[in-house]
Amino acid sequence: MLSLDIRLDYPDFTLDFSHDLPARGLTAVFGPSGCGKSTLLRVIAGLERGARGTVRFDGTQWQGTSRTTPPHKRGIGYVFQDARLFGHLSVAGNLRFAARRARRAGAQPDEAQAIAALDLHDLLDRRPDTLSGGQRQRVAIARALLTAPRLLLMDEPLAALDAGRKAAIMPYIERLRDHATIPIVYVSHDLSEVARLADHMVMMRAGRVLRAGPVAELLSDPGMADAIGVREMGALMPARVTRHHDDGLTELGVSGGQLFLPRVQAAPGTALRLRIAAHEVILSRTRPAGLSALNILPGTITEVRRGDGPGVIVKLRVGDDDLLARITRRSADEMGLHPGVACHAIVKSVSIAQTDVGTNGTQ
Amino acid sequence: MTLPDLAPLLLSLRLAGWATVILLILGTPLAWWLAHTRSRAKPVIEAITALPLVLPPTVLGFYLLVALSPSSPLGGMWRDATGNALTFSFAGLVVASVLYSLPFTVQPLQSAFETVGRAPLEAAAMLRASPLDRFLSVASPLALRGYLTAIVLSFAHTIGEFGVVLMVGGNIPGRTQVISIAIYEHVETLNYAQAHTLSAILLVFSFVVLVGVYATNRRFPIHAGGW
Repeated sequence: MLSLDIRLDYPDFTLDFSHDLPARGLTAVFGPSGCGKSTLLRVIAGLERGARGTVRFDGTQWQGTSRTTPPHKRGIGYVFQDARLFGHLSVAGNLRFAARRARRAGAQPDEAQAIAALDLHDLLDRRPDTLSGGQRQRVAIARALLTAPRLLLMDEPLAALDAGRKAAIMPYIERLRDHATIPIVYVSHDLSEVARLADHMVMMRAGRVLRAGPVAELLSDPGMADAIGVREMGALMPARVTRHHDDGLTELGVSGGQLFLPRVQAAPGTALRLRIAAHEVILSRTRPAGLSALNILPGTITEVRRGDGPGVIVKLRVGDDDLLARITRRSADEMGLHPGVACHAIVKSVSIAQTDVGTNGTQ
Repeated sequence: MTLPDLAPLLLSLRLAGWATVILLILGTPLAWWLAHTRSRAKPVIEAITALPLVLPPTVLGFYLLVALSPSSPLGGMWRDATGNALTFSFAGLVVASVLYSLPFTVQPLQSAFETVGRAPLEAAAMLRASPLDRFLSVASPLALRGYLTAIVLSFAHTIGEFGVVLMVGGNIPGRTQVISIAIYEHVETLNYAQAHTLSAILLVFSFVVLVGVYATNRRFPIHAGGW
């Protein structure tokens, strides 16, 4: 458990954060830029001297009323947005810097494993300024792991990368989450990153906690529309690969039925996490016939949330999971949609948020 | 042609060597503090550090002469401890040179530390490096060019000083007669050949040093006035 009760005042901004983060899995701290996410990480690390309050991790008091543990004695690995590799050392030198000091502190960092895990073999002799942004972040992640940390803090490690490089690094972070036992606090303003990586999530707004809880729960809450933005709304749904069909489709089993997706590169039995955007779901009171859509799931409406505009967000129970649909208020009224009504959800598109979930996740 | 007397040159080199070593030891923490502090005293300390750049050497030399004399607290302590006076001695010259060349150590170092910034130090802290470790294994290597500039400029500036040395040290051959004063005396006594030789040595030395500094480092503009 990472228990935080902190306050930090700046002339134009106040961080007032009181919340306990789970000390396992990956916790995403999500919010718009300037909401204090990065400052929160810096306070946890002990890099903000003006912070008051308490920071406790697994029974160790890092900051409290009496004494404050200096940053270098907290056993925290920190991946900065801008990597911050040491320019006077090679990649290997940067990694050795971390490993040597971890050994002095009594830990046993495994250099060979970190190098292999982040594919750094070919980069070891390079200077940081000759690396691409993605390569730099991989080195920074390996370097943070080699401190043998008790807690890993990642401050938007992918924010400075283009989509291709992001996609290339994401699997490394997923593996870290699933195979390392270190809890990770991951700051991001990108919901697709959060949906893909996080088990738990804290939403921040203007220096404060807006909502916190398991990711699947928060993302399928219609009440989050204002905070997240209607276009970003979408539920997460666990699925499992059932089989691959000859016509190029992969059949996935979800708790409320089956879904068919274009070929998914995963063996039958693999667990997936799907993200179904609310605006990609159409509702029908009767089971539709003569429709080109393949993916139709029966469910029961549990909530209808009206916003200020012409749209509403409908939450359905589909099997054991929740699904969100964004439709117009006019349709909702004409169809008589309200909690308890049975209807069919026609899913136009599905994205795979995450593969290989379950080894360490909360599903 | 007579060989020039090289004793003043050797004395100058010895003085500059001592002054540079002491300046690095004293100037590093001062420059570090100036680069990282948010104290309101910073501009005052910066101004004091830069005073030798603008004060006439005679003014600095006069105050030093007063401060180092055996009748002053500092000079008195020195005499009680060593049995010698600080004024008109080599030790007094070292003290004076340290003060006189202070900005030439502190300014390049401060600028180098500011260029390094906090980011790599924070990164090092998160890699379990203690504050001293961070300074030695991250800040210092990253500020290496600042150190080179500081060493070269402090050394060269001490070699070239005249006014302060004359005020504090006088003109005692073998003890306080450094090269610049020796040249002055050669000219006064119309011994132009010796003056020419020593001046040429100083001119070439200064030029080579400055070319070296500017070639290795264009990032720290230094006002090399007051030679």
